[in-house]
Amino acid sequence: MRNTFVSGLEKLAENDDHLFLMTGDLGFGVLDGFAQKFPERFINAGISEQNMVAVAAGIALEGNSVYIYSIGNFPTMRCLEQIRNDVCYHNANVKVVSVGAGLSYGQLGMSHHATEDIAIMCALPNMKVFSPADPQEAIAVLEEVHRLKGPAYVRLGKGREQNIHADMPVENVYDAQEIKDGSDACIFATGAILSEVITAADALGKKGVSVKVNSILSIKPIDEQVVWNCGKQYKWVFTVEEHNVIGGLGSAVAEVLASMPDNRARLFRIGMQDQYSSIVGSHDYLRDYYGLSAQKIEEKILTVMGMRS
Amino acid sequence: MNSQELARRVRIDAVRMVHEHHASHIASALSVVDILTVLYHDIMHINPQNPNMPERDRLVLSKGHAGVAIYATLAEMGFFELERLDQYYSDGSVFSGHVSHKGVPGVELSTGSLGHGVCVAVGMAFAAKRSCKKHRVYAIVGDGECDEGAVWETALFAQQYRLGNLTVIVDHNKMQAMGTCEAVMNLGDLAEKWKAFGWHVISVENGNNHDQLRKALQSTDDELPTCIIANTVKGKGVSFMENNLLWHYRDPQGDAYIKAMQELGAEDIYA
Repeated sequence: MRNTFVSGLEKLAENDDHLFLMTGDLGFGVLDGFAQKFPERFINAGISEQNMVAVAAGIALEGNSVYIYSIGNFPTMRCLEQIRNDVCYHNANVKVVSVGAGLSYGQLGMSHHATEDIAIMCALPNMKVFSPADPQEAIAVLEEVHRLKGPAYVRLGKGREQNIHADMPVENVYDAQEIKDGSDACIFATGAILSEVITAADALGKKGVSVKVNSILSIKPIDEQVVWNCGKQYKWVFTVEEHNVIGGLGSAVAEVLASMPDNRARLFRIGMQDQYSSIVGSHDYLRDYYGLSAQKIEEKILTVMGMRS
Repeated sequence: MNSQELARRVRIDAVRMVHEHHASHIASALSVVDILTVLYHDIMHINPQNPNMPERDRLVLSKGHAGVAIYATLAEMGFFELERLDQYYSDGSVFSGHVSHKGVPGVELSTGSLGHGVCVAVGMAFAAKRSCKKHRVYAIVGDGECDEGAVWETALFAQQYRLGNLTVIVDHNKMQAMGTCEAVMNLGDLAEKWKAFGWHVISVENGNNHDQLRKALQSTDDELPTCIIANTVKGKGVSFMENNLLWHYRDPQGDAYIKAMQELGAEDIYA
């Protein structure tokens, strides 16, 4: 989805002279096309995220849109106060794009694992938070953030995500996308972990457990209506995210359910359990280790529903 | 009214505002008043009746704790009514202690956390250069603010992209929140540091002298960003506040207020 997003950005830049792309010296080989086509609107800010974000705010306040590209936590946490004061308070047209959602960077270690970014970005007024699951969702998100004239955070996987929406176009990024219907439980998932969730749901189906799967592209604002409906309809609601269960999708869904007068669902949040990744492993290994592989998700759901022997 | 008279009036406004509302940072404001008033009165292309005029020069007060100085300067310049200064620090108003742009005509950027504004100003200068606009961007930083790493990140960026349309003025009063700059975090020779970062650097021996400031502000370089090291006096204009760290925090009351206003010659304004 990373390459799809960057290609999409190039296309938008062809028709928008006010679109700038900034990188904090990352994106080797990925940003070459943009840099060659639009050298005047491509800026390598060097390894200095705080300055990059503040400069982006300055460029944006002069009537431009600026996309900041970096990986992991670098474009969010390292420069959090610049995002808060310079971008969000001024409602500057800056889009923060981070590649390497969750545990994508595997063996590189915890410094490169983004597992609290959603929580932190959601806490900022004026900031919208998007977490696409596949290339189609990424393009839909790009089109929406380009239309918006204020701050947005886009959390991208590192690459090689499955094409989940192959024949299901995303019409509105703020709508929960129903990937699969089911009657026994409902799962909300966000980001590339969606493919594991679908595999888990299929396996559950074979065991006679019918599970609905919704993809949430927009965590802030979240599709309150669909969460509300699911809270009324289902006995069990699960959230799955490659992120800390505190402050992410699980919290966003919990906030909606807690505000309902007629919620009947019990909520279980699957994700990083308020911990750092401290063990070495590939992306798949780490997902499994932290309970986020399809098999672990399936086991957790069966256990919670009291159906595991 | 010349810039000197403007500066006197701004100092009087600032001391009165801080006195009436028990605010802080009066010495920081008095330090920077001359830089602000020379810029607004004699250097910058602005229109108080049209504060968002696209071709205006931009000014960012990166040392946002001196908010009272820029509010008073803008009011005296006619960006908004002088009476509005009475709302400073008051419940329900838009004039916070640290600079906020919302609802205050003429303020380009909200600041207060140090090391932000100068970087945003660099972005403004970059955008202007890329779109071949002729206006200039000014940023005023404190010397203590130069402890912030982001100041030096942006110093690198501005020389890399050769932002000849940018002037940064360092309000070098040699004091910061907890003591002298030398005692807290020795900055060494600031002019040499900015030169080493590739900037066109001008040192102003007396950064409260308007003629010296005007001359420096007119001696920019077309290619390189300009840094003016203005050697100022913290608390300038009120004898007992000068070079006295206490007045980074204290607001003048009682005899101190009367004496300050006398020294500033406020009788004609508040007779």
